[in-house]
Amino acid sequence: MIKAILIFNNHGKPRLSKFYEHYSEDTEQQIIRETFHLVSKRDENVCNFLEGGMLIDGSDNKLIYRHYATLYFVFCVDSSESELGILDLIQVFVETLDKCFENVCELDLIFHVDKVHNILAEMVMGGMVLETNMNEIITQVDAQNKMEKSETFIFQSPRQDR
Amino acid sequence: CPENEMIRVIRSARTQGEERGVIQRECAAIRAQFRQADSGGRSHNLAKLLYVHMLGYPAHFGQMECVRMIASPRYSEKRIGYLGAMMLLDEKQDASLLITNSIKNDLSHSSQYIQSLALCTLACMGSAEMCRDLAPEIERLLKASNSYIKKKAALCAVHIVRKIPELGELFTPSAHSLLSDKNHGVLHGAVVLITELCERNPGNLDEFRKAVPELVQIMKGLVTSGYSPEHNVAGISDPFLQVRVLRLLRILGRNNDEASDAMNDLLAQVATNTDSSKTAGSAVLYETVLTIMDIKSESGLRVLAVNILGRFLLNNDRNIRYISMTSLQKIVQTDHTAVQRHRGTIVDCLKDQDASVKRRALELSLALVSAANIRSMMKELLRFLSTCPPELRSHATSGIFNAAERYAPSQRWHIDTILHVLITAGGDVRDETVPNLIQLISVASELHCYTVHKLYRALISDISQQSLVQVACWCIGEYGDLLLKGDCDEIEPMQVTEDDVLDVLETILQSHMSSPTSRGFALTAIMKLSTRITNNIDRIRSVVSIYGSCIDVELQQRAVEYNALFKKYDHMRYLIIFDEDSDIHQSGICSLARTESTHAQEHTTFLRFKNTS
Repeated sequence: MIKAILIFNNHGKPRLSKFYEHYSEDTEQQIIRETFHLVSKRDENVCNFLEGGMLIDGSDNKLIYRHYATLYFVFCVDSSESELGILDLIQVFVETLDKCFENVCELDLIFHVDKVHNILAEMVMGGMVLETNMNEIITQVDAQNKMEKSETFIFQSPRQDR
Repeated sequence: CPENEMIRVIRSARTQGEERGVIQRECAAIRAQFRQADSGGRSHNLAKLLYVHMLGYPAHFGQMECVRMIASPRYSEKRIGYLGAMMLLDEKQDASLLITNSIKNDLSHSSQYIQSLALCTLACMGSAEMCRDLAPEIERLLKASNSYIKKKAALCAVHIVRKIPELGELFTPSAHSLLSDKNHGVLHGAVVLITELCERNPGNLDEFRKAVPELVQIMKGLVTSGYSPEHNVAGISDPFLQVRVLRLLRILGRNNDEASDAMNDLLAQVATNTDSSKTAGSAVLYETVLTIMDIKSESGLRVLAVNILGRFLLNNDRNIRYISMTSLQKIVQTDHTAVQRHRGTIVDCLKDQDASVKRRALELSLALVSAANIRSMMKELLRFLSTCPPELRSHATSGIFNAAERYAPSQRWHIDTILHVLITAGGDVRDETVPNLIQLISVASELHCYTVHKLYRALISDISQQSLVQVACWCIGEYGDLLLKGDCDEIEPMQVTEDDVLDVLETILQSHMSSPTSRGFALTAIMKLSTRITNNIDRIRSVVSIYGSCIDVELQQRAVEYNALFKKYDHMRYLIIFDEDSDIHQSGICSLARTESTHAQEHTTFLRFKNTS
């Protein structure tokens, strides 16, 4: 099971935090800080797996992460997940973001974090991997965005709030 | 759009304080908007709140708004409402019960995307009551004709089974039939569901073992399908699904000859034909190896599997090396001899730069220690200890002590090992091990002189490592006479006077580095020495009386009792048995007591002093 998916930048500022188990707000922030602390200490040419996070309980939990330019993508998983599989999943996630945002950069995540959640929701559900086929994911995301846009057109009130 | 404006304003704040101020103002505005009955920009307000929440600011006042939005007929509002619910609500809050009805309605909505929102939310945060309520609905959706809904319903079912295992019965028939679906997402969900059902309830194993031929067929299809652009990852066809199926096969084949037979050929095929030059292939290969090792496979296949792991141990890619060690760890108990063959490479990994690789290598090395290799392995482990990353040190010291205790070839070797660890990493030794170490030292009676000399020498150069301090103090208190005599066979002689010894013990008592426990040990040692030395009784007496008014209550109590010994029971001081939680200790003092005074044995009550540690 995937316990949490975190994206933060090189200074530890959160860009996406999704928890698949319930923690209090304080604990969530502590987990983000601790994860950043552990991951930012790592050199560039070491492996992508980290153990030793204290807060997400369970001694068989691991952090699997990838560092892309200014962003860290971190998946916290338990032993039921294939570590190499998750590593590939992160790659699929990033490539999907790239397709959806066209050369995705940190600013896209900052200003469209709800869209990132929507994309992620097509890949991981309830802490389990749902879909790994990038084209399938993008097709569904596009269809849902169309639905949202068409609604705005139908329900548009005279008062503009944009 | 409005939330972008807010984000821009927040980002332009130059300090944490300024950011807090901006956010407080924004939240006040959002709160006011929430209170208005009908506000055009509702979804924007909630989106703003979720952004603020991600940054770590309180957002619980948005909970009811989420409930309202979920009930809205507009997709855009439902979508952000459900997202908000997943972030702000949990099953312990009453608000989460309020959304049960919305979820129920949305599960039968005509739009699959609205059904999908409900499924997603239920799978993420559905409480036990919600799950019980909605399980029949989910079971119905498993039989839907729409693959998009089916795959989501399957994972939702997994969540329900985790919350209420008895409901697994409800999903068992549908789960099996999902395996004939062609859609990979559905297959993936089905395999995850079946895995969960089998792990929760071993009674399901027989039922699902009937599915082994189907699973083997699915794997064969994936492995021999050739290039399929749909699910291809680096030349492997849907490695995610392959990994899942292999895991399920492992569970089904375990302890079952028939099932294991049925999958043997497939596993051999995958093990030999998978291209492992990229991560995807390696992931599949590892699962295959673990499955082979866990089921009742032919011995030829097992040898092949362990050799694959051994090969990966030498791979340049650190990820591969790391994973091969986690895999070897899983089989080290059952296939110990096979893993031992790779001991050399594993021990080399102790020197790797990467802390994660070091950690795995430490675990494996400790598991591979045996009577046959204890001397060479301990050399490597002690070498590792000096360059060990801080987060691994206490685990390493515990592991080393355990290995030493199990396989020590001689008492002298054992004591040397203990001393080495205390001296190089005494600060990381777990407190609980100290009494055990004391016990081990006290049993090795021919080595008391050697031990106390070595510990004394370590102590005079470093009193910062608490376990070293505690063990050393105990030894000095116990064997101080041997220390003062000066000669010892095994080491260079060193002149140690009573003043020297009392100096170091008093330094420990006074040092800010010493923990309360260490101070206790030091004071007790000083007291014990009063029975072994001749010239400095007064010095001891004065130290003890000073600590009678010490702030530390434990220390004060001890000192007061010792003081009493000097004042009222001086003639019995030699008979005191310092009870240190171990019977072994008493025998050491008893012999001393017996030689001092015979008539006192008529007084059968001896004073007892607990040395709490």
